[in-house]
Amino acid sequence: MGYPHKPHARETVLLSQYFGDAEAVTLDGWKKRGGYTALRKALGMAPGDIVTIVKDSGLRGRGGAGFPTGVKWSFMKPGDGKPHYLCCNADESEPGTFKDREIMRWTPHALVEGCAIGAYAIGAETAYIYIRGEFTEPVVRVENAIKEAYAAGILGKNAMGSGKTVNVWVHRGAGAYICGEETALMNSLEGKRGNPRIKPPFPAVSGVFAQPTTINNVETLVAVPHILNNGAEWYKQWMRPDNPKSTGTKLYSVCGNIQKPGNYEVPMGFPFKDFLYELCGGPLPGRRFKAIIPGGISVPIQTVAEAEASLMDYEGFVANGTMLGSGGVIVFDDAQNLVKQIARAARFFAHESCAQCTQCREGTAWSTKILERIVAGDGTSEDLDTLLEIGENMTGKTICVLSDSCATPVSSGIAKFRADFEALIKKKVHFVPAVA
Amino acid sequence: MSPGSGASTPEYFRAPSEWGPSDGKGFETDPGSGHHEHQTYQSVFTAGSARRKELDALLTRYPTKMAALLPALWMVQHERGWVSEEAMAEVAELLEITPAYVKGVVTFYTMYHQHPVAKHFIQVCTTSPCNACGAEDVVDAFLRHTNCQELGQTSPDGKFGVIEVECLGACGFATAIMINEDFIESVTPDRVPEILAGLE
Repeated sequence: MGYPHKPHARETVLLSQYFGDAEAVTLDGWKKRGGYTALRKALGMAPGDIVTIVKDSGLRGRGGAGFPTGVKWSFMKPGDGKPHYLCCNADESEPGTFKDREIMRWTPHALVEGCAIGAYAIGAETAYIYIRGEFTEPVVRVENAIKEAYAAGILGKNAMGSGKTVNVWVHRGAGAYICGEETALMNSLEGKRGNPRIKPPFPAVSGVFAQPTTINNVETLVAVPHILNNGAEWYKQWMRPDNPKSTGTKLYSVCGNIQKPGNYEVPMGFPFKDFLYELCGGPLPGRRFKAIIPGGISVPIQTVAEAEASLMDYEGFVANGTMLGSGGVIVFDDAQNLVKQIARAARFFAHESCAQCTQCREGTAWSTKILERIVAGDGTSEDLDTLLEIGENMTGKTICVLSDSCATPVSSGIAKFRADFEALIKKKVHFVPAVA
Repeated sequence: MSPGSGASTPEYFRAPSEWGPSDGKGFETDPGSGHHEHQTYQSVFTAGSARRKELDALLTRYPTKMAALLPALWMVQHERGWVSEEAMAEVAELLEITPAYVKGVVTFYTMYHQHPVAKHFIQVCTTSPCNACGAEDVVDAFLRHTNCQELGQTSPDGKFGVIEVECLGACGFATAIMINEDFIESVTPDRVPEILAGLE
């Protein structure tokens, strides 16, 4: 099954296999598709062995940072006498990203199973799934899946008859991009304003409720049952022979000016050029791609040449001037005023800044004002240097990376598409789109 | 579906369109009342009420009472349509925190309404991905067809309010909009009259 398209022959559908399959949403349907066999297996294993398998598989965090999942889990010290917690980050708010939403809508039990395994592996009795407030349908589906799992004895005090306690709960956010940052998420879960915390202490030492905590993305946790069922070596079949650092499959959400937007799943190392033109159908009729953001709006913008040279894994994107990020591919074509879209991205960050750090609070707001002035035809020749200087002062100087995330599209946009900015400044006129 | 139908089951197990007051009555939608409720404040979490039971069940999930704050505020909003100063004080007392603290949290999150809003509160995503697919034209169409003078204002009949919202997380289905708790994907200006006609 594909959603909203049938899977392309070159896709590898592992996590997205049941997207669009209404039966997979229910417990019975999920069990028919092999659901909860991995959890049963996990509950019979020593937690440390699960961590080892996940470590060996090479699975890395799918939320953006790409930290090795098994290593993160191994930071949780068993037998420290403290309650441990697992938080699932389902606050998917990065513009361009909508993969976790489809996972939760179509395979909520996969997430419940992944959370249960993850919680057991790190010695936690409780996992919280923090879902962004706007995702009303995923909230209902995951809540229903949890309810079914409790009723069937899969969750609770005696999970699957193993004598072990595994609780999974949904916690609904209320509209704040910043709560996708792990320490802000923990504050929000505790009933506080979603202000990020200074690290250290890291979550594994003092996380939610000041107890050892692990935070994993939805897609990361959903991959875990597959790894447990099939083994670490099996998962490593999907990688470039020359790059063992990125393994498995990855979901990409594709949006913007492209023929077939939607979710696609490809193995690590897939050529980005084939992805854009073959799988996603290429540009709209009569148009050409202008700029591509491959990993959510927080990563550097690519030129078409950079994008076409990229291989789709953590290292492949870095080698071509950007990052894999969350896998949210945003495409702008030559009909778009790129400066306006960058200004709109800056406005997003200005709106979402928690305003805790000066560099971010002031930097996001001033970048937006200057960019919008340029778009309105009132830019000055000094504006670009001012923007770059603001960007520099916003990078690496704040509690969390929202500030850096705002500076990234602006600075990389100016670096790679300076002529577009200068044309608007010199002409002092509104943008005129290219003729199709 | 009428608001509040199926109130005996906990809220999240019902479809978003059914999230609403447990007494089945509509919300107060007069924005003139500011941050305070018109009449004498009626408690949301009266002892023995369905909402109180829901809250008590929630409290067992967390090691602290404060952690139930966001869910408790959601219950208030689903019951009343917005979160008044009086409701903040009630929640504060139940969770053993101060009303000022609760207000600090309410004002941080964009989805809690601090005053009554239109019956159909329309949020149009205009962040870059939707923007590049024509979201601004969708905003204009909604403003035109609802007779809302400008963004953030309620239409003269109190039925509609339109605002721009930051990324709704459905970028592949541009333009994404939310009306109260319901998502609508792939909205174009032509679809706007039909969408509005479908609202009571």
